[in-house]
Amino acid sequence: MTPDVDATAPKFLRDKYAIIGVGETTYTRGSNLTTRALGTWAVKNAMEDAGIPASEVDGMMSYSNNDSTPSPMIAGDLGIRLNFYMDVYGGGSSSEALIGLAIGAIEAGMCNTVVVFRSMNGYSQVRIGGTGARARAPVGGDAVHTAPYGWFSAGQNFSPSFMRHMYDYGTTPEQVAMVKVIHSEHASNNPKAYYKQRLTVDDVLNSRMIVKPLHLLDCCVETDNATAVIVTRAERAYDYRNTPARILAVAGRVCKPRIDMHFQHGPISTVAGYYIKDIIWPNAGVGPEDIDLTGAYDAFTFTSMLQLEDYGFCKKGEGGDYVSSGIMRLGNERPNNTSGGHLCEGYTHGMNMIIENVRQLRGEVDDYCPVDDQDRKQHTFDYSGGACRQVPDANISMNLGWAMPGTGSSMVMRKG
Amino acid sequence: MPEGEYRGMNLTILDVDHENVAYFGHCADHDFHLQKCTSCGLLRYPPGTACPWCQNREFEWTAVEGKGTVHSYGEVHQAIQPQFREKAPYMILIVDLDTQKGQPTEHEALRVAGNLATPDGDLAPPELVRQVGIGSRMRMVFADVGEGLSLPMWTLDEDAEQPENPWRYPQEYNGV
Ligand SMILES: [Zn+2]
Repeated sequence: MTPDVDATAPKFLRDKYAIIGVGETTYTRGSNLTTRALGTWAVKNAMEDAGIPASEVDGMMSYSNNDSTPSPMIAGDLGIRLNFYMDVYGGGSSSEALIGLAIGAIEAGMCNTVVVFRSMNGYSQVRIGGTGARARAPVGGDAVHTAPYGWFSAGQNFSPSFMRHMYDYGTTPEQVAMVKVIHSEHASNNPKAYYKQRLTVDDVLNSRMIVKPLHLLDCCVETDNATAVIVTRAERAYDYRNTPARILAVAGRVCKPRIDMHFQHGPISTVAGYYIKDIIWPNAGVGPEDIDLTGAYDAFTFTSMLQLEDYGFCKKGEGGDYVSSGIMRLGNERPNNTSGGHLCEGYTHGMNMIIENVRQLRGEVDDYCPVDDQDRKQHTFDYSGGACRQVPDANISMNLGWAMPGTGSSMVMRKG
Repeated sequence: MPEGEYRGMNLTILDVDHENVAYFGHCADHDFHLQKCTSCGLLRYPPGTACPWCQNREFEWTAVEGKGTVHSYGEVHQAIQPQFREKAPYMILIVDLDTQKGQPTEHEALRVAGNLATPDGDLAPPELVRQVGIGSRMRMVFADVGEGLSLPMWTLDEDAEQPENPWRYPQEYNGV
């Protein structure tokens, strides 16, 4: 294997870019809309959120697994003339990576302001869980080493990594179930969340087994939705409506060795975060102790835990303790996925966790708290169900994006 | 072109995909082979077009003993494809081959995937699933799909000493 290289980048872009607008559609199971209509809806919402006219957006990027509508259609519908666009193949962890590439495109002088969107009918068209048409697709070439074993959905693919963590470190089902419990509590304060009901550890452990170690409630919800964020230079960011979320650092699609079959390179319970941490922390100029809230991708309960551990929020092997300690709960030291995340709010391949952190940094999370006559949220910081989900004094956030155990992305933002 | 129907899936290896044609062809002969680098001498799995350790593109197909230890597994209780549903729960095993284990670095091994199977290559019944976990000693068997195409599978090695309690997920579901 090639020796590890120093991937830390020059720090001259730290704090120089910002997210100025965020937007999404409703999260449904059965949108009855095309991904074109959904994408247009989310991008328009992000533009309205920023207060940016179409004439000031000139870049667009998206990612998909050939289950979306490309940028030119969305831009055309909204009267946006593009100086740059790129639609890439990719799922989870593409969001942070594309924000980094958007910064690169602007820095290269290719455009000024980029919308990044993800539009998907993950329930009613291309089932993200791998059921439906995806399960009947012909299997060729390299996939013959995996799919014929009934080993092709995300849960099936990741299960050996999750199992090995339990074996290596004594992680228990009860500990991991707490990820779902806490995210469900957060979702109960999110009017947008698809699942708002608060759940218990027993609810998770008594739900039916999908693939050990994943019960039904260890798995995220499949939904139809689109999501969008708008990236521009920090010095332009203050021309728009909301407090910008300034980007301290990004890491994009960082990989373990041999991700064609990452199990070859152990420890298999170690994930890409092990490598990401050496890029993201020095580039951001902060450490785990500085992070006020996290958005750790929760395609599965285990996904959040493995990442938080390998990024250094706790010692290696203590992820089970970390996620069950309550530290991730609203009101405690470092809340995770305050929107309810993929497990409860909706599945967007990572975008909704970025949107949530942007709103948290603004201090304007869209919970059930009342608004004043200026339409500003008056947060109560009462985290019981149907109430507040604003993190007090949220200054620095981190997103921990996941494609699979071997690949991930990250972004650190600060309040502008 | 090696192809065949297996549990409702159409499996195909293109003739131009020489590495996979050769790999599955050896499997069809029930004679497991891996690529051995002609430069550094390391074996690799899955088949590929160069050596991940020294970038050499030359290799020789080399017979490898199909024996090893379960490194980890997934156990599917809610199958997705109809023809797997009637066989659920089924296990997806990641097996450390004895050959080249801990090389070239301590955390590396040739980790060959396969289902837990009966000795004739069919998916294992629940009473067999219950016996297998991390640490179980396995031997390779094959599921024949079509001409020039068989899949490696794993069955309990009847001749090996088995751990008293291979590690299994602590919660049973429907008795497994
Ligand atoms: Zn070599």
